[in-house]
Amino acid sequence: MTQTFDARTAGLAPTSSGGHGPAGAAGLAAERVRWSVGGRLILDDVDVTAPPGAVTGLLGPNGTGKSTLLRLVAGVERPDGGRVALIGSPDDDGSPGGATASRAAADGEDVLAMPRRRRARTLAFVEQDAATELPVTVLDAVLLGRTPHRSLLAGPTEDDHELARAALDRTGAADLAAREIGTLSGGERQRVHMARALAQQPRVLLLDEPTNHLDVAAQLATMRLVRDLAGDGVTVLAALHDLSLAAATCDHAVVLAPGHAGHVVAAGPVAEVLVPEVIDPVYGVRTTVLRHPRTGRPVLTFDEV
Amino acid sequence: MSETRAATRPRTAPAPATLSRGRLAAWLGGTTAVLLTSVVVAVTIGPAGLTPSDVGQVVATRLGLGDWLGLATPDRLDDGIVWQLRLPRVLTAAAVGAGLAVCGVVMQSLTRNPLADPYLLGLSSGASLGAACVLVLGWLAVLPVAAFVGAAAALAATLALASAAGRGAGGLTPARTVLAGLAVSQLAAAATSFVIFWSATGDQYREILAWLLGSVAGADWVSVAVAGGAVLLLGTLLASTGSVLDAFTFGDTSAAALGVPVARVRWLLLLGVALLTGALVSQSGAIGFVGLILPHTVRFLVGSRHRALLPLSMLCGATFLVWADTLARTVFAPRELPVGIVTAAIGAPVFALLLWKGRARA
Repeated sequence: MTQTFDARTAGLAPTSSGGHGPAGAAGLAAERVRWSVGGRLILDDVDVTAPPGAVTGLLGPNGTGKSTLLRLVAGVERPDGGRVALIGSPDDDGSPGGATASRAAADGEDVLAMPRRRRARTLAFVEQDAATELPVTVLDAVLLGRTPHRSLLAGPTEDDHELARAALDRTGAADLAAREIGTLSGGERQRVHMARALAQQPRVLLLDEPTNHLDVAAQLATMRLVRDLAGDGVTVLAALHDLSLAAATCDHAVVLAPGHAGHVVAAGPVAEVLVPEVIDPVYGVRTTVLRHPRTGRPVLTFDEV
Repeated sequence: MSETRAATRPRTAPAPATLSRGRLAAWLGGTTAVLLTSVVVAVTIGPAGLTPSDVGQVVATRLGLGDWLGLATPDRLDDGIVWQLRLPRVLTAAAVGAGLAVCGVVMQSLTRNPLADPYLLGLSSGASLGAACVLVLGWLAVLPVAAFVGAAAALAATLALASAAGRGAGGLTPARTVLAGLAVSQLAAAATSFVIFWSATGDQYREILAWLLGSVAGADWVSVAVAGGAVLLLGTLLASTGSVLDAFTFGDTSAAALGVPVARVRWLLLLGVALLTGALVSQSGAIGFVGLILPHTVRFLVGSRHRALLPLSMLCGATFLVWADTLARTVFAPRELPVGIVTAAIGAPVFALLLWKGRARA
């Protein structure tokens, strides 16, 4: 499988807020986000920026609070402090195509302060290994994404069905619609979860380890899909632990360090962040950065110190 | 959800078809018709040789429609059997079956535990304890209140224990809630045994035993009003939450990310389940397995989407308990069994089957 990259998004300015994405895209700027559980500080004044219409990788060893940060932004947990602002592109002036009434999220607005249903129409979250024991069809699973767009007591409408099918189309899972979700392979299931997230019609997609437990072809296909969605104008913030995969697919990277409650050690374009000076002390390895002979993207290899 | 596990599962397993609006309406219409027919037929069954038209005659006359429909005045004995004995009993059975089934669906969904039912979180043991206390004291008038207070206290104790145990360690997880429910349930059962052992005399033993096993033999129109009213009010409310429960398909995190106020929904629905269970248990005693086997059977037939599952489980639960009670009063006639023994006799094998299926899947 060949990876292709969109020069427009790949050439985005680094982490400064107000990057230029496609119209309608909204980035995220998390500022001084703080969260503790049981008296233990998990995130301490973390600043993370995801520029509009780009794929930003949230990197760092296990236990650095990557998942926690995503859960806070998605509204699954409430942070103790901080704000997460939507940052739009300047040409996104609230025109009908940019911010429709159903989205109605203004730039600069604090995502954490939004009513939860509106937040769910603005941000979609695909958690790690979301599973169910119930015999649910793929189409029904994707229809769940329409939940924040209708009254909690109402059922799915014809429009909801159409949007769900369109989302399945977009993720290349249209032919799975009638299958039971438990019978899918890991890669197929990830496509379905992404379709469910797309059915929310979000401006920002939060992905927690989207390639976890996938074989290499499914990993590439998933990241290809992530790139395509960013090309559609959806901002992506993805927690990843595979640095080479991040180097191959992300526009931007944010590296969290262990032992400092979510301390950001570096943020910016992958080529600037995924370098030995950043990675070696964080992961305790010796990194060599090579160039991919065909794509020109960085390829990382590691040795023990 | 590892690759290997997914690969070992049959890839062609058919998913239960999602019901279209038309098919759902057909199912609802069909199950309602079966329930109404069951009620009428069940009332005719037993000594006295009544026919459905006798039943219709009594009911129409009692509702003041006799003259309007030009019906003859029904036989006094028929009137007594239908209106004073069998109809309240059958209607109470229907209401209790409907309520327990809908409680089962809600609890299975909220705890993501396929083996959950109103008995899981200690609700019935709590209600039993409350009821046993007032039976021993002879305060029969406050029995419904005592059963509800017992159910609500048991639920509160279960949730408090589970969240205390989970503080700083993941919170109120389903597994922890179920284990806490088990502990509360055992404690309440021990306390009930103690109350009976210590103070029950003479007939109270039999009374309490029949009540613990579950029976609608003593149902009158007050039972119909309490159980039926609770089902119409709370059951209908719970049955309308299909989309909310669907949002829990992939768990709390996913529900929260879909904009569902997870904690508030959970508390409200569990409170509704406690109220409904308390009201039902106060009239029928602790009838087991209805909340477990009905939702699973209906799920097998129409899939697991709650907008279909909730109302259909209610209707099928009502029909199920009507027939279970009819069986209980006829199979060893003139001796009667508590209906809880019949539901357990049917439910326990089904429960074992579910465990077996779960084992094969895991």
